[in-house]
Amino acid sequence: MEKKLYIVRCGEVALKGMNKPYFERILLERVRKAIECYEDAEARWIDGLMFVRIPADIPEDEVIGRCVRVFGVASVSPAIEAPKDINEIGRLAAEYMLQIIEEEGVKTFKVKGKRADKSFAVQSPEIGKQVGAIILKTCKVLSVDVHDPDVLLTVDVRREGAYIFRDKIKGFGGLPLGTNGKGMILMSGGIDSPVAAFMMAKRGMSIEAVHFHSYPYTSQRAQKKVEDLVKVLAGYMGTIRMHVVNLLPIQEQIVQNCPEDETTLLVRRFMMRIAEQIAVKNHNMMLITGEDLGQVASQTAEALVVTDSVVKMPVMRPLIAMDKVDIMDKAREIGTYDISIQPYEDCCTVFLPKHPVTKPKLARIEKSEAALDVQALVDAAVASEEIIEIRP
Amino acid sequence: MIYLDNSATTRQYDEVTELMYRVAKETYGNPSSLHSLGFEANNMLTDARRDMESFMATGGEIVFTSGGTESDNMALVSTARKMKRRGKRIITTEVEHPAVLETCKRLAEDGFDIVYAGVDDTGLVKTEDLMQAMTDDTIMVSVMTVNNESGTIQPVNEIGRMIRDYNKKHGTGIVFHTDAVQAFGKLPFSQLDADLVSVSAHKFHGPRGTGFLYMRKDLKLPAFITGGGQENHYRSSTENLPGIAGMALAAKMSYEKLDAKMARMCEVNDHLYKGLTAELKDVVLNGPKELGCSISSAGSGSAHTAVRCPAVLNLTFRGTRGEVLLHTLEQDGIFVSTGSACASHKTGDSHVLSAMGLDHKAIEGAIRFSFSEFNTVEEMDIVIDKVKMAVNRFRKLGSFR
Repeated sequence: MEKKLYIVRCGEVALKGMNKPYFERILLERVRKAIECYEDAEARWIDGLMFVRIPADIPEDEVIGRCVRVFGVASVSPAIEAPKDINEIGRLAAEYMLQIIEEEGVKTFKVKGKRADKSFAVQSPEIGKQVGAIILKTCKVLSVDVHDPDVLLTVDVRREGAYIFRDKIKGFGGLPLGTNGKGMILMSGGIDSPVAAFMMAKRGMSIEAVHFHSYPYTSQRAQKKVEDLVKVLAGYMGTIRMHVVNLLPIQEQIVQNCPEDETTLLVRRFMMRIAEQIAVKNHNMMLITGEDLGQVASQTAEALVVTDSVVKMPVMRPLIAMDKVDIMDKAREIGTYDISIQPYEDCCTVFLPKHPVTKPKLARIEKSEAALDVQALVDAAVASEEIIEIRP
Repeated sequence: MIYLDNSATTRQYDEVTELMYRVAKETYGNPSSLHSLGFEANNMLTDARRDMESFMATGGEIVFTSGGTESDNMALVSTARKMKRRGKRIITTEVEHPAVLETCKRLAEDGFDIVYAGVDDTGLVKTEDLMQAMTDDTIMVSVMTVNNESGTIQPVNEIGRMIRDYNKKHGTGIVFHTDAVQAFGKLPFSQLDADLVSVSAHKFHGPRGTGFLYMRKDLKLPAFITGGGQENHYRSSTENLPGIAGMALAAKMSYEKLDAKMARMCEVNDHLYKGLTAELKDVVLNGPKELGCSISSAGSGSAHTAVRCPAVLNLTFRGTRGEVLLHTLEQDGIFVSTGSACASHKTGDSHVLSAMGLDHKAIEGAIRFSFSEFNTVEEMDIVIDKVKMAVNRFRKLGSFR
């Protein structure tokens, strides 16, 4: 089977110093994993670029889609390989342009030459000129436009061959998954937490999830929604383990024994404690939340101090300084938004006080909490966890 | 498992499932085909049609459809199309099924003038509102036979009479449609007096995707689905023979010993109501108190009191949320439905309970129990016990909602 070439560029990985081989190796593994579903697919590094070869009958968009979802990938270009001969390069480039004209009816073009291999006799500007001339001769409908061409064709002459490509499809950048420890996301059914998990994973962190529900106050459909969200994330990160904990027994205790206006905060403190215990048990180094400064009463600066004070583990809040609209845009970009806006109740809204405290005092909260057997409640919750594995 | 959501859908009779399997496997000919396999299929279709006709009043046609929603659409849209030159007014009620209400909305966009009659606190339609709304410009009245949420039996025969009188006096041709989806198979049907009647098979232990519209013989509505001319040109499409045969059998089985079944459903319904109100405070019945076992027993005048179909019991448990009760009960294998789709949005509130004058809180705490012939009094003892536990548990936390 004939194969098509895709050039994959890494972003930040290239900037690494001593550790570069490590990052490159992991990124290669991740890309290989992403394309393992294709028979005979191959990927390898050559002089700082990753060359991916996929059987030619697989649609280009599909392959690109798989590659750009790998964290650490800056961009991907489908490319044509040519021998290191300027006339051959010109002929293949012209052939490629004919195909583009037929498909898109373009009128103008420009060729940009690049010469990584300095032993190649033709210099970069000259590569552009010569290949352009051949294209002009073959494709009569085209003219050159150096400022705003319909098609910008790049010819890259490298040590092992010459490559012709057109588009650079952007990836998410970041660092390869698994190069930066493991964190536990507190996953609700909302817009924020999937984005928070995504952003940490993009920096190389492996993700495990914990989800709290209040069944029968919340429904199975609400949990299915969370599973659907995690499934989208699994499309970027591979199988994700999710710990599911029913918070209702704790919420009942809080509602019956503590001041109403502190309910949400007290519940969140329990969430953090339970998440930390599960995180430790499963070798996660930190917690991740989708909290966003000032978004709701429980996310004011004072409230964050109060929730943070119950855990020792660092708590990552990658959205903390983002505006809601930007978080929403990000959610749309990664494909979780439409699931997040389904109207199922989650455990946070079940016992919403009418007037929640927005500037809680730690001492007062701790006093309210003294009415509860905190450790016993946390232990019982942790013991009752269910674990599900969510595959992409 | 105790299934108490029979107004949503019912468990199909095993005999029906077996028959449908046989028909699909063996009688797969197209009833329109000339060969013997087609002839056999056509015979089965004719038999099913005759069977269904036997349940209806007199001299009407049965048009097989894909179910209640299509029957309602066909009744409203085809009547409107036929009568559009005679008038623009269509009268219906606030408590109809969305199949009627949404279709009316569409007709309103097309220039029809839709009038919605209200109901009283038992869900009984205000017949005086209907009467007052009738004009020379009126072409149709659509009132359901039994309401799916409150179980209220509407005085359809009385309304049918009123319309006939009005037509005689004013020389109008007002057509009367009733959505009888919740009545067929549960109440005696031969007394029902309407020009158009919608029925759906899956509400009486028949298959989904099958129903019919009964049409008075001389009505001659225009075709609703055009094509090969099946169903006497009213509704083209190759007939769903397994479904139609299954429906005919389900109808026959439903009406077998109906009196005994109704008596038992009354007993089950009553037992649950009495048990729950004895065990729990602040339980409110949404719908008429009295159960009724015939369509003609319903009336609105002083001679009548509103009655409820024995298949439905709708209760508000004050200080609770129906959705939470529902999810609690499902853990014990008890399946019910609620008056509100989503607790946090008022837009999810039942339009029926709203029309009956219930406020948001009362709707939020509403649970509908709907019965079939398979339910027993013994089951209700379990239900009473479980509902009691659930309500008491959540009322303790009630101050929040």
